[in-house]
Amino acid sequence: MQNWRRRARVDSGKNTVQTPLHRPVNRISIPSSARWIACVFGLCVFAGCGSSNEPSSREGREGTDPARLVVTGSSTIAPLISDVARRYEQEHPGVRIDVQTGGSSRGLTDARRGLADVGMVSRSPREGEDDVAWIPIALDGLAIIVHADSPVNVLSEEQVVAIYRGEIETWRDVGGEDAPITVVTKADGRSTLEVFLDHFGLTAQEIRADVVIGDNQQAIKTVVGNPDAIAYVSIGTAEYEAMQGAPLRLLRLGDFEPSTDAVRAGSYPVARTLHVVAKGESAPVVSEFLDFLLSPAVHDLVESHFFVPLDGPTPDGPAG
Amino acid sequence: MARPADRVLSLASRVAAAASAVVVMLIALFVGWEAWPALRDVGSRFVTDSSWHPAAGTEAGTFGLLPMAAATGAAAAGVLVLATPAALLSAIFCRFYAPRPLAMIYRRLVELLAGVPSVVYGFWGLVVLVPLVRRLEPPGASLLTGILVLALMILPTVALTVDAAFGRAAEEHLAGGAALGLSRPTLIFEIVLPASRSGLATGLMLGAGRALGETMAVLMVCGNVVQIPDSLFDPVRTLTANIALEMAYATDHHRAALFVSGLVLLAAVSVLVLAAGRWGGVEPEMAS
Repeated sequence: MQNWRRRARVDSGKNTVQTPLHRPVNRISIPSSARWIACVFGLCVFAGCGSSNEPSSREGREGTDPARLVVTGSSTIAPLISDVARRYEQEHPGVRIDVQTGGSSRGLTDARRGLADVGMVSRSPREGEDDVAWIPIALDGLAIIVHADSPVNVLSEEQVVAIYRGEIETWRDVGGEDAPITVVTKADGRSTLEVFLDHFGLTAQEIRADVVIGDNQQAIKTVVGNPDAIAYVSIGTAEYEAMQGAPLRLLRLGDFEPSTDAVRAGSYPVARTLHVVAKGESAPVVSEFLDFLLSPAVHDLVESHFFVPLDGPTPDGPAG
Repeated sequence: MARPADRVLSLASRVAAAASAVVVMLIALFVGWEAWPALRDVGSRFVTDSSWHPAAGTEAGTFGLLPMAAATGAAAAGVLVLATPAALLSAIFCRFYAPRPLAMIYRRLVELLAGVPSVVYGFWGLVVLVPLVRRLEPPGASLLTGILVLALMILPTVALTVDAAFGRAAEEHLAGGAALGLSRPTLIFEIVLPASRSGLATGLMLGAGRALGETMAVLMVCGNVVQIPDSLFDPVRTLTANIALEMAYATDHHRAALFVSGLVLLAAVSVLVLAAGRWGGVEPEMAS
């Protein structure tokens, strides 16, 4: 729930701006009985616009300290950056950080065009994208989980793909009991779903699910309540819950043992590196914020979002 | 002497009424406004597409809302089928069979049940009911589980409304019926029940409205697979669950498509309200 709200807050910042609702109403010739309704209506809309524009208007009034940072991009990273930004703003009262979502590609484009100071991109750099500095900020891995009572300990990648495509429908085919597999997957747009699809070369349309869930917690509860279920969740969450005594097991994937340590060491394959991108010659305000983002002072925030923090600034792209 | 007070009260009530009316209109306008890009670019595919994968964009994505609308309707209908008799029996017990002190305690208990937050029902459904249903037929998270949890949730609302309606009818007609020497079942089924028809309809509409709009509990127990259910044991996704599941991550047309879900829900609830007004609005005269 909390996660949802946090993300919703991040999203709303972007969306209030693009809805100038008052315009059509004001243009209509208003019948007298409805005139005051339009007034109230207009007031509400203006109030809404006002609050969303707060950072820039405040900046305009003071005029002396234009330290406003714009960060846009991946909705996977946005909640984390939002939290980091809040902490940074507390320590640096002169700085306002505006975090907006819109997807990894928007983050990259905005950073390139200078529309954003920092872009959030939840994948690694591709060919020809070295015109900006790629700075890895955290790792995001996922684990396949089953109930602790399940006799299955290991699945090959092909078996996972077949299970999620609905080609294997009973646990007996993969070394378990004669019970139908309950396939648990995530709703469209979730970052864990993207990692899963990317790694296993699946598309969302191919997946034949029995249960579609939202956040990691719901996946855990579903598996805990159903010995025949299989699900994938963020590796940090799964490890934490298993440690807290939840009856679930992280499945070995072929030869790979899932753990946050393995993700950190780079020896577990179902993982991706979350990046921020920035122009090579960024302003001091920007690089100060990036330093803060990479410092151990935010590792607790990184972990609270179930990502794996990196130990230090180790840019893997052609950093500027 | 009462005039200044009257004026103040009149003004205050007018402002309050206008404010709530405006808020409803604003909500409808806002949802319509946000849904418009999707309605414009996707249009009839909301009805003709058979699956729901809006994240891929307007061209590659699919936007079928029908399975979810069907699931929402099926859930609401199932809930009414379960909750109506239970609520009626509960109200009859409370009004006509329970000793007065017991009825008081029972009524408080039902009110308490009405006050339990929906996440609690949802969580209970997820950890208790889903595993139970799974023993009958996997995967457990299904239309049936949703109906059971929702029925439990709306039961107190309907039971209390019906009970109140019975109370009014009993006051008017109980003495007369007793004087005629009518038996208790006759009194209940021939006189009180028809006399409180409008209260009954109101209660059911309120319950159905809540069943349509309920989100958290449904999200947790229904399985959320987008499909038209073949059986009670199929997992389904309702319109509300769809919004809650995807809104946090949706951008552009995906987001607008979710507002279309909201628009469909608003329309469904409006139909319910109109229906309630038609069948439940007027107290029938006993003489006729």
